[in-house]
Amino acid sequence: MLAGVAGGVAEHLGLDPFVVRLAFLVLAFAAGFGVVVYLLLWVLAPSEPVDAAVPAAKRHIPRLAARELLGGGLIVAGVLIILWFSGLWFGDGLAWPVTLAAIGFAVLWARGSSEEGRGRLDLASIGTPLEALLRTRESRPRLVVGALLILGGMVVFLAATTTLAAAANVILAVLVTAGGLALLAGPWLWRLANDLIEERTSRIRTQARAEMAAHLHDSVLQTLALIQRAKEPREMVSLARTQERDLRAWLYGRAPRVQGARLHDAIDAMAGRLERSHRLKVEAVVVGDAELDDDLRALVAACSEAILNAGKHAGIAEVSVYVEVEDDQINGFVRDSGVGFDPAAVPEDRRGIADSIVKRIERHGGSVEIRSRPGAGTEVQLHLPRRVAAAVPFA
Amino acid sequence: MTVRVFIVDDHELFRSGVRSELQDDLEIVGDAGTVGEAIAGIRELEPEVVLLDVHMPAGGGLAVIEAIRADLPEVRFLALSVSDAAEDVIGVIRAGARGYVTKSIAPEELHAAVRRIHDGDAVFSPRLAGFVLDAFLTEPTTPIDPELDHLSPREREVLRFIARGYSYKEVGTELGISVKTVETHVSAVLRKLQLSSRYELSRWAADHSIV
Repeated sequence: MLAGVAGGVAEHLGLDPFVVRLAFLVLAFAAGFGVVVYLLLWVLAPSEPVDAAVPAAKRHIPRLAARELLGGGLIVAGVLIILWFSGLWFGDGLAWPVTLAAIGFAVLWARGSSEEGRGRLDLASIGTPLEALLRTRESRPRLVVGALLILGGMVVFLAATTTLAAAANVILAVLVTAGGLALLAGPWLWRLANDLIEERTSRIRTQARAEMAAHLHDSVLQTLALIQRAKEPREMVSLARTQERDLRAWLYGRAPRVQGARLHDAIDAMAGRLERSHRLKVEAVVVGDAELDDDLRALVAACSEAILNAGKHAGIAEVSVYVEVEDDQINGFVRDSGVGFDPAAVPEDRRGIADSIVKRIERHGGSVEIRSRPGAGTEVQLHLPRRVAAAVPFA
Repeated sequence: MTVRVFIVDDHELFRSGVRSELQDDLEIVGDAGTVGEAIAGIRELEPEVVLLDVHMPAGGGLAVIEAIRADLPEVRFLALSVSDAAEDVIGVIRAGARGYVTKSIAPEELHAAVRRIHDGDAVFSPRLAGFVLDAFLTEPTTPIDPELDHLSPREREVLRFIARGYSYKEVGTELGISVKTVETHVSAVLRKLQLSSRYELSRWAADHSIV
């Protein structure tokens, strides 16, 4: 309830969160042990890996509302008071310093920054807690408060167990020891850190090179081998085109995206597929882009049919497809400059175009126009009204 | 009238291929495989049209255009590349190239493109037309120069036909205008493409420093 620790532990152990919370509460009664365990788990337990694809709203992010903090604090205070009265007390000399230090520790290391406007834990931006602490400027007050609380805890502890004068001696001794250690080990630690960074960089570089080699091997070298075995020039051209398309997509970063999640990618993928399977050259140009929905999938499928038709009947191997996304409509054009035909002369029983292209588009509220003249090529225009949000430029 | 052509590409095979494709009725006055050779060769031979590879070591086609443009403004560049990345295309066009075609272009189309560049017109491949339409897709919120930051409806229409795979002649037939008028529209678009301060264009051009 406070920071999701109980819930997290429950999930880990496969128990009801309520049981775990109860356990914490009981433990808390046992000399405050539960409170410390809770805080430790809060800090140490790994936060769930954040999947970027999951919308923020779905992620289970514990909130650090001020009210909950106050409630938690009051509960802890209550528990401590009960302990005190019931005689289970372990002495002022230990209790107060430990409490102070624990609060300071929690303030310092708690994953997330409650001072972040929305009061939400920003899990994605955190590397190590220390990095997170040093990176955000808003964390500084927390750093100071946490450090002061821990220091306070130390001073109280020392003051309670020894005299203050002795404490000063102890602190001096600690400072001298720390300084000496820094002088002894400082340069070595510095070098170690540098070496680590260097090693990491070179490892990343090696990895990138290995990935590139693997990719080139799987794609370009394979295709080159295939081209050497190809018997017809047309087959070679088709292999080369396909490889060119793949490599370009890879170089310019279009490939890793989810295949076909957006219209532009879907059209490109469709064109590539037809080039491969039907030995066509498909010149695809897309202006604007949109999230793929059922209407747009129908458009892509209809374009694919129209390209196939052109490949079958136009007598040439080159087809252009052009898709333009506007705010209120989408137009697709599939054109070849082949033999053409007289649309009026197509017999009624030849329903290929009608069923696979026209009806498909009409089912999605659009219309199809076919323009062709014998000897002057053919163009199929697919028109779809837009039922979703506005267009987004692709690059 | 033959056109004096200079070929710049760092791939020997590609240079000789293009040379043999074009030499029948164009005069290939020279070629170069590096940026340095290209600049020296163009200065010496003063060709009319330069076929320029976009991707080369030491600055690529962009470096050649920038070195030549000031002293020899009459030399016209047609950019050639295997890449379709917007930043490459827009980068060389904004530097001063008058057209852009991909290396997979058919010989007769390349031929027509060289002639067109020589005549002072612009060469827009379907993909370049697509890029322009995409860059000018949205209305600019704060147009700095309204004349440069907008496409006219007619220009948009012409570009759409080109993006759909129509030749200039076919565009003219469709719109009931002459080829010359189509060329005028395309040249006007080229000018906007080179001079407009639209964010997309300047960003694409600035992103050029890849590979």
